[in-house]
Amino acid sequence: MNDAKPFLDIRHAQKSYGALEVLKDISLQVQRGQIVAIIGPSGSGKSTLLRAINDLDPLTGGEVWLEDTQINKHLPHRQYEKHINKVRQDIGMVFQHFNLFPHLTVRGNVTLAPKMLKGLSEEEAITLAEEQLDKVGLLDRIDYYPSRLSGGQKQRVAIARALAMKPKVMLFDEATSALDPELVEEVNQVMKKLAEEHMTMVIVTHEMGFAESVCDRVLFMDQGVVVEEGPPGVIFRNPQNERTRNFLRKHLEGVRS
Amino acid sequence: MDVELMLKVYPFFLKAAWLTIQLSVLTTLLGLTCGSLGAAARLSRHAFLRAVGATYVSLIRGTPALIQLFILYFGGPQIGIQLDAFEAGVIGLGVNIGAYMTETIRGAIVAVDKGQTEAARTLGMSKFQTMTRVVLPQAARLMIRPLGVNINALIKGTALVAAISVVELTYTAQRYIGSTYKPFEMFLLSGALYMVIIYITGRGIAWLDRKARIA
Repeated sequence: MNDAKPFLDIRHAQKSYGALEVLKDISLQVQRGQIVAIIGPSGSGKSTLLRAINDLDPLTGGEVWLEDTQINKHLPHRQYEKHINKVRQDIGMVFQHFNLFPHLTVRGNVTLAPKMLKGLSEEEAITLAEEQLDKVGLLDRIDYYPSRLSGGQKQRVAIARALAMKPKVMLFDEATSALDPELVEEVNQVMKKLAEEHMTMVIVTHEMGFAESVCDRVLFMDQGVVVEEGPPGVIFRNPQNERTRNFLRKHLEGVRS
Repeated sequence: MDVELMLKVYPFFLKAAWLTIQLSVLTTLLGLTCGSLGAAARLSRHAFLRAVGATYVSLIRGTPALIQLFILYFGGPQIGIQLDAFEAGVIGLGVNIGAYMTETIRGAIVAVDKGQTEAARTLGMSKFQTMTRVVLPQAARLMIRPLGVNINALIKGTALVAAISVVELTYTAQRYIGSTYKPFEMFLLSGALYMVIIYITGRGIAWLDRKARIA
Protein backbone atom coordinates (compact mmCIF):
# COMPACT_ATOMS: atom_id res chain seq x y z
CA MET A 1 0.00 0.00 0.00
CA ASN A 2 3.02 2.26 0.19
CA ASP A 3 6.14 2.37 -1.94
CA ALA A 4 8.41 3.54 0.84
CA LYS A 5 10.38 0.87 2.63
CA PRO A 6 8.45 -0.05 5.78
CA PHE A 7 9.79 1.07 9.14
CA LEU A 8 8.51 -1.97 10.97
CA ASP A 9 8.06 -5.02 8.82
CA ILE A 10 6.51 -8.30 9.91
CA ARG A 11 6.90 -10.91 7.21
CA HIS A 12 4.91 -14.13 7.20
CA ALA A 13 4.73 -14.38 10.97
CA GLN A 14 3.84 -17.87 12.07
CA LYS A 15 3.59 -19.21 15.59
CA SER A 16 2.45 -22.51 16.94
CA TYR A 17 2.47 -24.29 20.26
CA GLY A 18 2.73 -27.90 19.16
CA ALA A 19 -0.29 -28.56 16.98
CA LEU A 20 -2.00 -25.31 17.99
CA GLU A 21 -1.37 -22.60 15.44
CA VAL A 22 -1.91 -19.15 16.98
CA LEU A 23 -0.48 -17.03 14.16
CA LYS A 24 -0.97 -18.18 10.58
CA ASP A 25 1.22 -16.36 8.10
CA ILE A 26 0.64 -12.75 9.12
CA SER A 27 2.38 -9.86 7.40
CA LEU A 28 2.19 -6.29 8.60
CA GLN A 29 4.05 -3.20 7.43
CA VAL A 30 4.11 -0.05 9.51
CA GLN A 31 5.55 3.19 8.19
CA ARG A 32 7.44 5.62 10.37
CA GLY A 33 4.98 7.70 12.35
CA GLN A 34 2.07 5.41 11.61
CA ILE A 35 -0.31 4.20 14.26
CA VAL A 36 -1.78 0.76 13.81
CA ALA A 37 -4.45 -0.77 16.00
CA ILE A 38 -4.95 -4.50 16.28
CA ILE A 39 -8.41 -5.56 17.38
CA GLY A 40 -10.09 -8.91 17.70
CA PRO A 41 -11.61 -11.36 20.17
CA SER A 42 -9.47 -12.83 22.94
CA GLY A 43 -7.46 -15.77 21.70
CA SER A 44 -7.24 -14.26 18.24
CA GLY A 45 -3.45 -13.97 18.47
CA LYS A 46 -3.26 -10.17 18.61
CA SER A 47 -1.19 -10.00 21.79
CA THR A 48 1.03 -12.81 20.54
CA LEU A 49 1.68 -10.85 17.36
CA LEU A 50 2.51 -7.71 19.34
CA ARG A 51 4.84 -9.61 21.67
CA ALA A 52 6.57 -11.15 18.67
CA ILE A 53 7.69 -7.70 17.56
CA ASN A 54 10.27 -7.45 20.38
CA ASP A 55 10.72 -11.23 20.47
CA LEU A 56 9.12 -11.59 23.89
CA ASP A 57 7.08 -14.41 22.35
CA PRO A 58 9.41 -15.67 19.61
CA LEU A 59 7.84 -16.64 16.31
CA THR A 60 8.19 -20.17 14.99
CA GLY A 61 8.31 -18.85 11.44
CA GLY A 62 8.70 -15.56 9.61
CA GLU A 63 10.74 -12.44 10.21
CA VAL A 64 10.40 -9.15 12.05
CA TRP A 65 12.44 -6.18 10.86
CA LEU A 66 12.84 -2.72 12.35
CA GLU A 67 14.47 -0.49 9.75
CA ASP A 68 17.54 -2.46 8.64
CA THR A 69 17.73 -4.82 11.59
CA GLN A 70 16.13 -8.20 11.80
CA ILE A 71 14.84 -8.55 15.35
CA ASN A 72 14.11 -12.29 15.60
CA LYS A 73 17.50 -13.49 14.43
CA HIS A 74 18.61 -17.02 15.11
CA LEU A 75 21.98 -16.68 16.80
CA PRO A 76 23.99 -18.61 19.38
CA HIS A 77 22.70 -17.79 22.86
CA ARG A 78 25.28 -15.19 23.87
CA GLN A 79 25.18 -13.35 20.56
CA TYR A 80 21.40 -13.45 20.53
CA GLU A 81 21.23 -11.95 24.03
CA LYS A 82 23.57 -9.15 23.05
CA HIS A 83 21.60 -8.47 19.88
CA ILE A 84 18.16 -8.57 21.48
CA ASN A 85 19.12 -6.37 24.42
CA LYS A 86 20.31 -3.79 21.93
CA VAL A 87 17.27 -3.81 19.66
CA ARG A 88 14.79 -3.85 22.54
CA GLN A 89 16.12 -0.47 23.62
CA ASP A 90 14.48 0.87 20.47
CA ILE A 91 11.12 -0.76 21.13
CA GLY A 92 9.09 0.57 24.04
CA MET A 93 6.39 -1.65 25.47
CA VAL A 94 3.46 -0.95 27.75
CA PHE A 95 1.66 -3.82 29.43
CA GLN A 96 -1.90 -4.38 30.55
CA HIS A 97 -0.80 -4.76 34.17
CA PHE A 98 1.74 -1.90 34.10
CA ASN A 99 4.58 -4.02 35.54
CA LEU A 100 6.15 -1.10 37.38
CA PHE A 101 9.02 -2.07 39.66
CA PRO A 102 7.41 -1.93 43.12
CA HIS A 103 10.71 -1.67 45.00
CA LEU A 104 11.66 1.56 43.21
CA THR A 105 10.12 5.02 43.30
CA VAL A 106 8.66 6.56 40.18
CA ARG A 107 12.03 8.22 39.65
CA GLY A 108 13.82 4.89 40.08
CA ASN A 109 11.46 3.20 37.64
CA VAL A 110 12.10 5.75 34.92
CA THR A 111 15.85 6.19 35.45
CA LEU A 112 16.89 2.56 35.99
CA ALA A 113 17.26 1.46 32.38
CA PRO A 114 18.71 4.71 30.97
CA LYS A 115 21.35 4.75 33.70
CA MET A 116 22.25 1.11 33.24
CA LEU A 117 22.02 0.81 29.48
CA LYS A 118 22.81 4.26 28.14
CA GLY A 119 25.42 5.22 30.68
CA LEU A 120 23.61 8.35 31.78
CA SER A 121 24.81 9.98 34.98
CA GLU A 122 22.38 10.30 37.88
CA GLU A 123 21.73 13.98 37.03
CA GLU A 124 21.22 13.33 33.33
CA ALA A 125 18.89 10.45 34.08
CA ILE A 126 16.85 12.54 36.50
CA THR A 127 16.53 15.38 34.00
CA LEU A 128 15.36 12.83 31.45
CA ALA A 129 12.90 11.30 33.92
CA GLU A 130 11.51 14.73 34.77
CA GLU A 131 10.96 15.48 31.08
CA GLN A 132 9.12 12.22 30.52
CA LEU A 133 7.07 12.47 33.70
CA ASP A 134 6.11 16.02 32.79
CA LYS A 135 4.89 14.72 29.45
CA VAL A 136 2.57 12.22 31.15
CA GLY A 137 1.58 14.80 33.75
CA LEU A 138 3.05 13.10 36.79
CA LEU A 139 6.11 15.15 37.65
CA ASP A 140 4.65 15.78 41.11
CA ARG A 141 4.62 12.02 41.80
CA ILE A 142 8.33 11.50 41.14
CA ASP A 143 9.11 10.46 44.73
CA TYR A 144 6.12 8.13 45.13
CA TYR A 145 6.29 4.38 45.20
CA PRO A 146 4.02 2.68 42.64
CA SER A 147 1.82 1.25 45.40
CA ARG A 148 0.61 4.78 46.16
CA LEU A 149 -0.50 5.53 42.60
CA SER A 150 -3.85 4.89 40.94
CA GLY A 151 -4.03 2.49 38.00
CA GLY A 152 -4.12 5.31 35.48
CA GLN A 153 -1.12 6.97 37.10
CA LYS A 154 0.77 3.69 37.13
CA GLN A 155 0.19 3.22 33.44
CA ARG A 156 1.30 6.77 32.69
CA VAL A 157 4.51 6.14 34.65
CA ALA A 158 4.98 2.92 32.68
CA ILE A 159 4.68 4.94 29.47
CA ALA A 160 7.21 7.48 30.78
CA ARG A 161 9.56 4.62 31.68
CA ALA A 162 9.36 3.27 28.14
CA LEU A 163 9.77 6.73 26.59
CA ALA A 164 12.89 7.42 28.64
CA MET A 165 14.72 4.91 26.43
CA LYS A 166 13.85 7.11 23.42
CA PRO A 167 12.32 4.21 21.49
CA LYS A 168 11.68 4.29 17.76
CA VAL A 169 8.40 2.47 18.16
CA MET A 170 5.97 1.92 21.02
CA LEU A 171 3.92 -1.22 21.57
CA PHE A 172 0.78 -1.10 23.71
CA ASP A 173 -0.63 -4.40 24.91
CA GLU A 174 -4.17 -3.62 26.08
CA ALA A 175 -2.82 -0.67 28.03
CA THR A 176 -6.21 0.38 29.37
CA SER A 177 -7.93 -2.99 29.81
CA ALA A 178 -7.07 -3.31 33.50
CA LEU A 179 -8.19 0.20 34.37
CA ASP A 180 -11.41 1.41 35.94
CA PRO A 181 -13.46 3.15 33.24
CA GLU A 182 -12.94 6.61 34.69
CA LEU A 183 -9.15 6.19 34.51
CA VAL A 184 -9.02 5.13 30.88
CA GLU A 185 -9.24 8.65 29.50
CA GLU A 186 -6.06 9.97 31.17
CA VAL A 187 -4.03 7.16 29.58
CA ASN A 188 -5.71 7.70 26.22
CA GLN A 189 -4.79 11.38 26.43
CA VAL A 190 -1.13 10.49 26.84
CA MET A 191 -1.29 8.13 23.89
CA LYS A 192 -2.96 10.83 21.80
CA LYS A 193 -0.14 13.18 22.69
CA LEU A 194 2.37 10.62 21.44
CA ALA A 195 0.36 10.30 18.25
CA GLU A 196 0.59 14.05 17.75
CA GLU A 197 4.35 13.78 18.10
CA HIS A 198 4.31 11.17 15.33
CA MET A 199 5.49 8.31 17.47
CA THR A 200 5.21 5.03 15.58
CA MET A 201 2.80 2.87 17.55
CA VAL A 202 1.24 -0.56 17.41
CA ILE A 203 -1.71 -0.80 19.74
CA VAL A 204 -3.61 -3.89 20.79
CA THR A 205 -6.85 -2.58 22.20
CA HIS A 206 -10.50 -3.12 23.04
CA GLU A 207 -11.19 0.61 22.90
CA MET A 208 -12.82 0.91 19.51
CA GLY A 209 -13.61 4.59 19.92
CA PHE A 210 -10.03 5.38 20.78
CA ALA A 211 -8.69 3.23 17.95
CA GLU A 212 -10.95 5.03 15.52
CA SER A 213 -9.88 8.48 16.67
CA VAL A 214 -6.09 8.06 16.65
CA CYS A 215 -5.16 5.20 14.33
CA ASP A 216 -4.16 5.32 10.71
CA ARG A 217 -4.94 1.69 10.15
CA VAL A 218 -6.84 -1.07 11.89
CA LEU A 219 -6.27 -4.81 11.71
CA PHE A 220 -9.03 -7.15 12.70
CA MET A 221 -7.64 -10.53 13.73
CA ASP A 222 -9.46 -13.75 14.44
CA GLN A 223 -8.11 -17.26 14.97
CA GLY A 224 -4.58 -16.34 14.03
CA VAL A 225 -5.28 -14.58 10.75
CA VAL A 226 -5.86 -10.98 9.71
CA VAL A 227 -9.47 -11.11 8.61
CA GLU A 228 -9.73 -7.52 7.50
CA GLU A 229 -7.50 -4.49 7.46
CA GLY A 230 -7.95 -0.91 6.44
CA PRO A 231 -8.47 2.67 7.56
CA PRO A 232 -10.53 2.97 10.76
CA GLY A 233 -13.38 4.66 8.88
CA VAL A 234 -13.85 1.56 6.75
CA ILE A 235 -13.25 -1.10 9.41
CA PHE A 236 -15.55 0.49 11.98
CA ARG A 237 -18.19 2.08 9.73
CA ASN A 238 -18.33 -0.22 6.76
CA PRO A 239 -16.62 -3.56 7.43
CA GLN A 240 -16.61 -5.87 4.44
CA ASN A 241 -16.17 -9.16 6.24
CA GLU A 242 -18.91 -11.00 8.08
CA ARG A 243 -16.64 -11.92 11.01
CA THR A 244 -15.60 -8.30 11.47
CA ARG A 245 -19.24 -7.20 11.49
CA ASN A 246 -20.13 -9.89 14.04
CA PHE A 247 -17.25 -8.96 16.31
CA LEU A 248 -18.01 -5.25 16.21
CA ARG A 249 -21.71 -5.83 16.81
CA LYS A 250 -21.04 -8.07 19.80
CA HIS A 251 -18.51 -5.62 21.10
CA LEU A 252 -20.98 -2.73 20.86
CA GLU A 253 -23.63 -4.77 22.68
CA GLY A 254 -21.06 -5.51 25.37
CA VAL A 255 -20.24 -1.84 25.79
CA ARG A 256 -23.90 -0.84 26.04
CA SER A 257 -24.96 -3.54 28.49
CA MET B 1 13.00 -29.81 91.19
CA ASP B 2 16.53 -29.12 92.30
CA VAL B 3 16.78 -25.37 91.69
CA GLU B 4 19.95 -25.09 93.68
CA LEU B 5 21.71 -27.53 91.37
CA MET B 6 20.43 -25.67 88.35
CA LEU B 7 21.80 -22.39 89.64
CA LYS B 8 25.12 -24.06 90.33
CA VAL B 9 25.63 -25.54 86.87
CA TYR B 10 24.00 -22.93 84.66
CA PRO B 11 27.25 -21.02 83.91
CA PHE B 12 28.52 -24.15 82.18
CA PHE B 13 25.31 -24.26 80.18
CA LEU B 14 25.81 -20.64 79.16
CA LYS B 15 29.18 -21.60 77.78
CA ALA B 16 27.55 -24.43 75.89
CA ALA B 17 24.89 -22.04 74.63
CA TRP B 18 27.64 -19.84 73.23
CA LEU B 19 28.91 -22.84 71.26
CA THR B 20 25.37 -23.51 70.02
CA ILE B 21 25.18 -19.88 68.87
CA GLN B 22 28.51 -20.18 67.06
CA LEU B 23 27.36 -23.38 65.42
CA SER B 24 24.10 -21.74 64.40
CA VAL B 25 25.73 -18.64 62.91
CA LEU B 26 28.34 -20.57 60.93
CA THR B 27 25.75 -23.09 59.78
CA THR B 28 23.44 -20.27 58.66
CA LEU B 29 26.23 -18.66 56.64
CA LEU B 30 27.20 -21.93 54.99
CA GLY B 31 23.53 -22.79 54.46
CA LEU B 32 22.85 -19.46 52.75
CA THR B 33 25.87 -20.00 50.52
CA CYS B 34 24.79 -23.52 49.57
CA GLY B 35 21.19 -22.32 49.23
CA SER B 36 22.13 -19.48 46.87
CA LEU B 37 24.29 -21.74 44.73
CA GLY B 38 21.64 -24.44 44.82
CA ALA B 39 18.90 -22.02 43.76
CA ALA B 40 21.11 -20.64 40.97
CA ALA B 41 21.70 -24.21 39.78
CA ARG B 42 18.00 -25.11 40.02
CA LEU B 43 17.09 -22.06 37.91
CA SER B 44 19.94 -22.37 35.42
CA ARG B 45 19.22 -22.69 31.72
CA HIS B 46 21.70 -25.57 31.59
CA ALA B 47 20.01 -28.91 32.13
CA PHE B 48 23.14 -30.33 33.73
CA LEU B 49 23.24 -27.67 36.46
CA ARG B 50 19.53 -28.05 37.06
CA ALA B 51 20.08 -31.77 37.54
CA VAL B 52 22.94 -31.13 39.97
CA GLY B 53 20.74 -28.78 42.01
CA ALA B 54 17.81 -31.18 42.01
CA THR B 55 20.02 -34.11 43.05
CA TYR B 56 21.53 -32.11 45.91
CA VAL B 57 18.11 -31.17 47.23
CA SER B 58 16.61 -34.64 46.95
CA LEU B 59 19.64 -36.44 48.40
CA ILE B 60 19.79 -34.16 51.44
CA ARG B 61 16.07 -33.94 52.04
CA GLY B 62 15.65 -37.66 51.44
CA THR B 63 17.95 -38.80 54.24
CA PRO B 64 18.09 -38.05 57.99
CA ALA B 65 20.45 -35.25 58.96
CA LEU B 66 21.86 -37.53 61.64
CA ILE B 67 22.93 -40.08 59.03
CA GLN B 68 24.54 -37.30 57.00
CA LEU B 69 26.51 -36.20 60.06
CA PHE B 70 27.58 -39.77 60.82
CA ILE B 71 28.71 -40.35 57.24
CA LEU B 72 30.76 -37.16 57.32
CA TYR B 73 32.27 -37.57 60.80
CA PHE B 74 32.63 -41.32 61.21
CA GLY B 75 32.76 -42.33 57.55
CA GLY B 76 34.83 -39.38 56.38
CA PRO B 77 38.23 -40.63 57.55
CA GLN B 78 37.75 -43.80 55.48
CA ILE B 79 37.69 -41.71 52.31
CA GLY B 80 40.33 -39.26 53.47
CA ILE B 81 38.16 -36.54 55.05
CA GLN B 82 39.53 -35.71 58.50
CA LEU B 83 37.39 -33.23 60.41
CA ASP B 84 37.10 -32.49 64.08
CA ALA B 85 33.63 -32.76 65.56
CA PHE B 86 32.87 -29.03 65.40
CA GLU B 87 33.97 -28.73 61.76
CA ALA B 88 31.98 -31.81 60.81
CA GLY B 89 28.97 -30.36 62.64
CA VAL B 90 29.11 -27.02 60.83
CA ILE B 91 29.72 -28.55 57.41
CA GLY B 92 27.17 -31.33 57.85
CA LEU B 93 24.41 -29.08 59.17
CA GLY B 94 25.25 -26.25 56.75
CA VAL B 95 25.08 -28.46 53.69
CA ASN B 96 21.89 -29.96 55.09
CA ILE B 97 20.04 -26.70 55.73
CA GLY B 98 21.40 -25.40 52.42
CA ALA B 99 19.16 -27.88 50.59
CA TYR B 100 16.09 -26.50 52.34
CA MET B 101 17.26 -22.95 51.74
CA THR B 102 17.75 -23.79 48.06
CA GLU B 103 14.04 -24.41 47.81
CA THR B 104 13.18 -21.33 49.88
CA ILE B 105 15.31 -19.03 47.73
CA ARG B 106 14.19 -20.62 44.48
CA GLY B 107 10.57 -20.33 45.58
CA ALA B 108 10.93 -16.63 46.37
CA ILE B 109 12.58 -15.90 43.02
CA VAL B 110 9.92 -17.80 41.13
CA ALA B 111 7.20 -16.00 43.10
CA VAL B 112 8.21 -12.61 41.69
CA ASP B 113 5.66 -11.72 39.01
CA LYS B 114 6.77 -12.72 35.53
CA GLY B 115 5.67 -9.31 34.32
CA GLN B 116 8.61 -7.80 36.20
CA THR B 117 11.08 -9.77 34.13
CA GLU B 118 9.18 -8.96 30.95
CA ALA B 119 9.20 -5.24 31.71
CA ALA B 120 12.93 -5.24 32.45
CA ARG B 121 13.86 -7.34 29.42
CA THR B 122 11.66 -5.16 27.21
CA LEU B 123 13.66 -2.11 28.26
CA GLY B 124 16.77 -3.90 27.01
CA MET B 125 18.15 -5.13 30.33
CA SER B 126 20.13 -8.37 30.21
CA LYS B 127 19.10 -11.49 32.12
CA PHE B 128 21.75 -10.76 34.73
CA GLN B 129 20.76 -7.11 35.12
CA THR B 130 17.12 -8.13 35.37
CA MET B 131 17.93 -10.66 38.06
CA THR B 132 20.13 -8.40 40.18
CA ARG B 133 18.27 -5.12 39.84
CA VAL B 134 14.64 -6.14 39.50
CA VAL B 135 13.94 -9.73 40.57
CA LEU B 136 16.31 -10.32 43.49
CA PRO B 137 15.45 -7.10 45.40
CA GLN B 138 11.82 -8.22 45.35
CA ALA B 139 12.58 -11.89 46.01
CA ALA B 140 14.77 -10.92 48.98
CA ARG B 141 11.73 -9.51 50.75
CA LEU B 142 9.70 -12.60 50.01
CA MET B 143 12.37 -14.95 51.37
CA ILE B 144 13.06 -13.33 54.75
CA ARG B 145 10.27 -15.09 56.62
CA PRO B 146 10.65 -18.56 55.08
CA LEU B 147 14.41 -18.36 55.58
CA GLY B 148 13.59 -17.51 59.20
CA VAL B 149 11.70 -20.80 59.39
CA ASN B 150 14.76 -22.60 57.99
CA ILE B 151 17.01 -20.90 60.55
CA ASN B 152 14.64 -21.79 63.37
CA ALA B 153 14.82 -25.45 62.30
CA LEU B 154 18.58 -25.20 62.00
CA ILE B 155 19.07 -23.89 65.53
CA LYS B 156 17.09 -26.78 66.96
CA GLY B 157 18.92 -29.07 64.54
CA THR B 158 22.26 -28.19 66.11
CA ALA B 159 21.24 -30.55 68.93
CA LEU B 160 22.10 -33.38 66.55
CA VAL B 161 25.82 -32.68 66.77
CA ALA B 162 25.68 -33.90 70.38
CA ALA B 163 25.74 -37.30 68.72
CA ILE B 164 29.23 -36.62 67.39
CA SER B 165 30.31 -35.23 70.78
CA VAL B 166 30.34 -31.48 70.15
CA VAL B 167 29.99 -29.93 73.59
CA GLU B 168 26.96 -27.77 72.83
CA LEU B 169 23.75 -27.43 74.81
CA THR B 170 22.34 -30.91 74.36
CA TYR B 171 25.63 -32.72 74.90
CA THR B 172 26.31 -30.61 77.98
CA ALA B 173 22.98 -31.63 79.46
CA GLN B 174 23.79 -35.28 78.84
CA ARG B 175 27.17 -34.83 80.47
CA TYR B 176 25.76 -33.30 83.64
CA ILE B 177 23.07 -35.95 83.81
CA GLY B 178 25.90 -38.49 83.94
CA SER B 179 27.24 -36.92 87.11
CA THR B 180 24.03 -35.56 88.75
CA TYR B 181 21.37 -38.10 87.68
CA LYS B 182 18.94 -35.18 87.27
CA PRO B 183 17.75 -35.39 83.64
CA PHE B 184 14.65 -33.27 84.27
CA GLU B 185 16.59 -30.25 85.52
CA MET B 186 19.43 -30.59 83.04
CA PHE B 187 17.25 -30.93 79.93
CA LEU B 188 14.99 -28.15 81.22
CA LEU B 189 18.01 -25.86 81.45
CA SER B 190 19.10 -26.74 77.94
CA GLY B 191 15.61 -26.32 76.57
CA ALA B 192 15.21 -22.92 78.19
CA LEU B 193 18.43 -21.67 76.64
CA TYR B 194 17.41 -22.97 73.18
CA MET B 195 14.19 -21.04 73.59
CA VAL B 196 16.01 -17.82 74.43
CA ILE B 197 18.21 -18.15 71.33
CA ILE B 198 15.23 -18.92 69.12
CA TYR B 199 13.13 -16.11 70.56
CA ILE B 200 15.84 -13.52 69.94
CA THR B 201 16.47 -14.84 66.42
CA GLY B 202 12.76 -14.77 65.70
CA ARG B 203 12.51 -11.14 66.80
CA GLY B 204 15.47 -10.33 64.59
CA ILE B 205 13.84 -11.95 61.56
CA ALA B 206 10.55 -10.15 62.22
CA TRP B 207 12.43 -6.84 62.48
CA LEU B 208 14.23 -7.48 59.18
CA ASP B 209 10.94 -8.38 57.52
CA ARG B 210 9.27 -5.17 58.74
CA LYS B 211 12.26 -3.12 57.65
CA ALA B 212 12.19 -4.65 54.16
CA ARG B 213 8.50 -3.91 53.79
CA ILE B 214 8.82 -0.22 54.60
CA ALA B 215 11.69 0.41 52.19
